[in-house]
Parts: sequence; C-alpha cells; structure tokens
Amino acid sequence: MITVHVAGIGLCGPGMADWPAGRAILRGELSFSSELPNPAPAILPAAERRRCGQATRYALQVAHEAVTAAGIAPTEAAVVFASADADGENLHYILESLATPEHEVSPTRFHNSVHNAAAGYWNIATGAHTPANSIACFDHSFSAGLVEAATQVVTANRSVLLVAFDLPFPSPLNEVRPIVAPFATALVLTPQATDSTLAQLTITLESRGGESRCARAELEELRRGNPAARALPLLQAIAQQQQPSLLFAWGGNDVRVEVKG
Amino acid sequence: MTPLFITSYTVTSALGHGKAAHQLALRQDQSGLRANDFADAPLTTYIGRVEGVEAIALPAALARFDCRNNQLAQLALEQDGFAASVSAARARHGAHRIAVILGTSTSGIQASEQAYRHRDASGALPDSFSFETTQSMNSLPEFVRHYLGLEGPAFVISTACSSSAKVFASAQRLIESGLCDAAVVGGVDSLCAMTLYGFNALQLVSPEPCRPCDRDRTGISIGEGAGFFLLEKQVSHLSLLGYGESSDAYHMSTPHPEGLGAALAMEQALATAGLSPAQIDYINMHGTSSRTNDSAEDKGMQRIFGTATPCSSTKGATGHTLGAAGAVEAAFACLCLEHGFMPGMCNTLTPDPELGSALQLHAKARPLQRVMSNSFGFGGNNCSLIFGVNP
Repeated sequence: MITVHVAGIGLCGPGMADWPAGRAILRGELSFSSELPNPAPAILPAAERRRCGQATRYALQVAHEAVTAAGIAPTEAAVVFASADADGENLHYILESLATPEHEVSPTRFHNSVHNAAAGYWNIATGAHTPANSIACFDHSFSAGLVEAATQVVTANRSVLLVAFDLPFPSPLNEVRPIVAPFATALVLTPQATDSTLAQLTITLESRGGESRCARAELEELRRGNPAARALPLLQAIAQQQQPSLLFAWGGNDVRVEVKG
Repeated sequence: MTPLFITSYTVTSALGHGKAAHQLALRQDQSGLRANDFADAPLTTYIGRVEGVEAIALPAALARFDCRNNQLAQLALEQDGFAASVSAARARHGAHRIAVILGTSTSGIQASEQAYRHRDASGALPDSFSFETTQSMNSLPEFVRHYLGLEGPAFVISTACSSSAKVFASAQRLIESGLCDAAVVGGVDSLCAMTLYGFNALQLVSPEPCRPCDRDRTGISIGEGAGFFLLEKQVSHLSLLGYGESSDAYHMSTPHPEGLGAALAMEQALATAGLSPAQIDYINMHGTSSRTNDSAEDKGMQRIFGTATPCSSTKGATGHTLGAAGAVEAAFACLCLEHGFMPGMCNTLTPDPELGSALQLHAKARPLQRVMSNSFGFGGNNCSLIFGVNP
C-alpha cells in the first residue's frame, strides 16, 4: 500500500481546455462538448513548439498547468509520461516515407519518433535535469503511469509529475487502433500533504478484475476510447470532492485507489 | 537503496545466443558486426544482426504477437535456462507477485513497415496486420508476460537508448514499495528500416564497423539484441546496488557537450548505492561511437571519476542495440563480475587523444567487485546502473 497526495491537475481534451473547464463538466455544471482545444504550451519556446508534434503540445500543456497549480518549480519534480503509443501522427508519416522507394526519413521526424519525445521537450523547456520516464501499457497506460509515479514519490520522497496523453492516429492506423478524441491529463503527486493538496490517494494492487466507469455516456465513451482518459473516474472524484474507492484495470493486476479529500 | 539480487539472467546479441558465447567473444575481443545484409534497409554500413531470429516460431496460442521483436525475445528467453528459472520463481512467489518491466525503442515496428508496403488501393492496411500485438509499445511485455505465465504488474519503458537500463530502477521501486516480490526486467530491440534510415538521416551511421572512442570514428553501427534478468529479494551472488537517472535538458538528439546529464546519472547511481567513485572497478560505457556521445560521456566520467577508472564500450562487438543496450550491457557487467574480466573495444585502434578516461582497448582478466553500466538516449535521457558480486 502506498499513499501520495495530488497537488495540482492539468487537463486538455474535448470541451476541456484546462482543469477548471473540465472540472465544471465533471461536476455537471457545464454540458459535455466535443469541441477540441488547440494547445500551444507557453512553456515551450516557439522554435520547439513548431518542431514538436501535436501529442507533445497536449502533453506539455497539461504538464505546465499541473505544476503551476501545485505551486512547484518544474525543475523540482521527476516526470513520468504515460502514453500507449505517443505521437501516432509522426509514426504514420515515417511509415509512409519508408514505404516509398526513396526511404527518406526527416531527421526531425526521426528524433520526434522516440516515445520519450514529450519528456525530452519538457526537460528542454524547463531546464529540469530530474529523472524522466516514458512508459506504455496500451489501454492501461494510465494505471501503469500512476503506479510508476507513485512508487517514485514514496521511494525517493520527492514530487513527481505524471502526464498521460493519447491522440487519435491518422488513417489508416486509426482504423486498426481507433482512439476517439485527443485527451491529456497531468497530476502532480507529492509525498506529504501541502497547501495545494486536492486529494490523498492510497494505492494497492488487486486481481479481482473490473474497473470504475463514468456515469455519463459521453464521458464513458471518452474513457473507453482513449487510454489517457481512463483517468476520468479519478478526475471526476476530485472534481466532485467525493471519496470513492476506484478501480483501474491493468491486465491481471488492477489498481485500487482510495480517494480522500 | 535496498539491494536487489539477480537470481537468473541471459543475453543474446550479434555475438551469439546466451552467456557462454558472450563470455568467450568478449574475452577474445571478437566482433559480431557484419556487412549490412538486412534486406529492409540496404544501406552501406555494418550491422549487429542476431543469427536465427527469423526461424523462431511463437507458440500457436501467441501467434498474434508474431514479429521480429517478439521472435528475438523468445529466442533470448530460451537461453541459459532463463524461462525455467522464472517458472521456478513463479512457484515461489505466485504469478501475480512477479512484475514484467521491459525496455524497447521500436517494439515490433517492422510489422508496420511491411504493412505500409502492402496497403490496398483504398489505402487500408492488410487484414493480417495486428497493431496491438506487434507495433504497439506494450506488445513486448504483453508477449513476455504470456510466454512466461506471469500476471504481475507489467509495462514497457521506452526512453530510446536508456529504456532497458531504467527497467531496473522501476522494478526496484515496485519491489521496495511492496507492490510485488520479484520482477522480470530486460529489453529487446530488433533491426528495422526506421532506425537504419533514421540514424542515416541524422548522418550518424558509419560506413565501416563502428570504433567507439577512436580518433577516426565515423559513427555508429546499429545492432539488435535482448537481455533478461530475474530480480528477487533473496540473497544471491549478483546484485543491483544502485541506479541513477537524469535528463540533459539540452537537445533532442545531441548529448550535452559537457556530459552534464551523464555525470548526474553516474553521481546519483553512486549515491543510491552508497559508494564512492573509487569503489567502482570498471565502467561499461554507452560509447556509441558517435563523435558527440563519446566525447560527452568521457567528460561526464572524468567529472565523477577522474581519469583512472578503467572503462570500455562493447558497441564495436554488438553494434548499438538501442532500446536493448541497457539490458545487453547490464548482462555484460554481470558476466565481468562473475568471471573476473574487463572487455576491450574491438575495432578501436587509436584512442581519441581528446578523450581523457582510462580506455581499455583489449580484454583483460581481473577480479572485479563493482561495475557501472551507462546508457544514454535521445531526449537527453540518462541512466547509470551499478552491479556487484559477493565473493
């Protein structure tokens, strides 16, 4: 059993340009909208913002929002980026180039192809020399990311920024791996409660199966259709200041999260 | 940190299948590099290709995972009795208490490369293409988890060329937190068109066998490989003593010129192990043979160790196995500790006079107690590991 505290949240997805907008939707104060934001993370220098992909823009937007809300310096936190397959648009263009007789891969596309591109751009933008991890577990990437981040918090006794992001692939990959809409969220996790603490999470693993869902159909569709949006039941509990016991699927081991306000 | 013990391990690379072949080749300064004969990317270069990957047949029940990366994983799992050791550990701990944390940079991308060459008139991919079980990053741990019959927490780490070094750190944290009792860690990366053409686009691919730290080095040789380790709390003669992770915060594909991030990772590894630099007997370098990597790593090592600690890069023997390099070279560190030798640097003829570290050009017999292994990746992602042996 491990316990961590949520000190700040970032959010970017359909109808949710940031955490306050998302929180209003999750509380039912605003109706769900499929309108997509166009994140332009201010923390990233303009040249890097042009060079990186949309997936990285989503990731850095929520990362910046979360550390700002938590009131910590970005250079302080270790980072864990969780995404099923990171920048799918970039992958598609590389695969298209490789299928031509010229096989020409753009050097920028090649360095953006690493799964840890978002983490790399974050470190460059913030100047943080802290550990950066980049992990994946297909539809369960958020579960794996949460546990990886939480174990770092408790074993190193430090703040960790967890960022989950997944975006739809272009065709034809989207037909074999459909993702319904772009979604990114970030949580700053701290070892002790702080003035910014929004919730305390107590995490255990269990193997009975099952997972928490969203009651509202549009949110549930998003949760099921985007790996990063599997975080929605947790975000909803925090938005509604509820204290549920949540379950996040993770293959044979599922993540039990007891939320306390 | 609480040390973790290595109760079984194995390695497969261009040098051969399993530990015995590697020990022999490394002690004799042999190289496994060959003129590029990888049909998907006929560039003029040398590669570290593993013999026999194409012939590996996955179990029928796991046929959906079929791709070069998982074939290489299975080939490696069957060496040195590794799969059997995991089976015994499963009986001790229970399938749910053993984690599977593996590193890869490109997973089964060769399957997508082939699928994109066979799109139909409408642009659709062939029906036979299975994204989730080949291309997707999680294909590797999911295949290995099923192959070994494990049900513990499983995920992939993909931080380019430090991927399968960082798996040791994540496993240590998971076990120290009490969320599992043991872990299978390691990494697999396999030859594909993307990395050959991609590194070529960055002008980093050498037309000759790579020569790490050589004055006249002309770039890297790309290889493939796999390494697996069983980590447990029960005392064994080999142990993971420390790890350090850091970020360059400098450039996406060029290391910090002063080796700042590299030095931070090495310093952190010493700190978590509670060791002083003088207690490290040998450093297995990242040593890719790119001009910038070798120079940055040399500066980083000098900053922490001075110039006396013996070091070498084994990339001239295996090629750069990318996301598998951390695990492959962690296995080399364990071989050196178990058998008392330091590998040399085959192909390296004239050490670059601008490098100040104590480069070992030739393999040497010497009892070792603690070895550091460095792995640095794109995005400025660094990891250093320290392994030890109980006499």
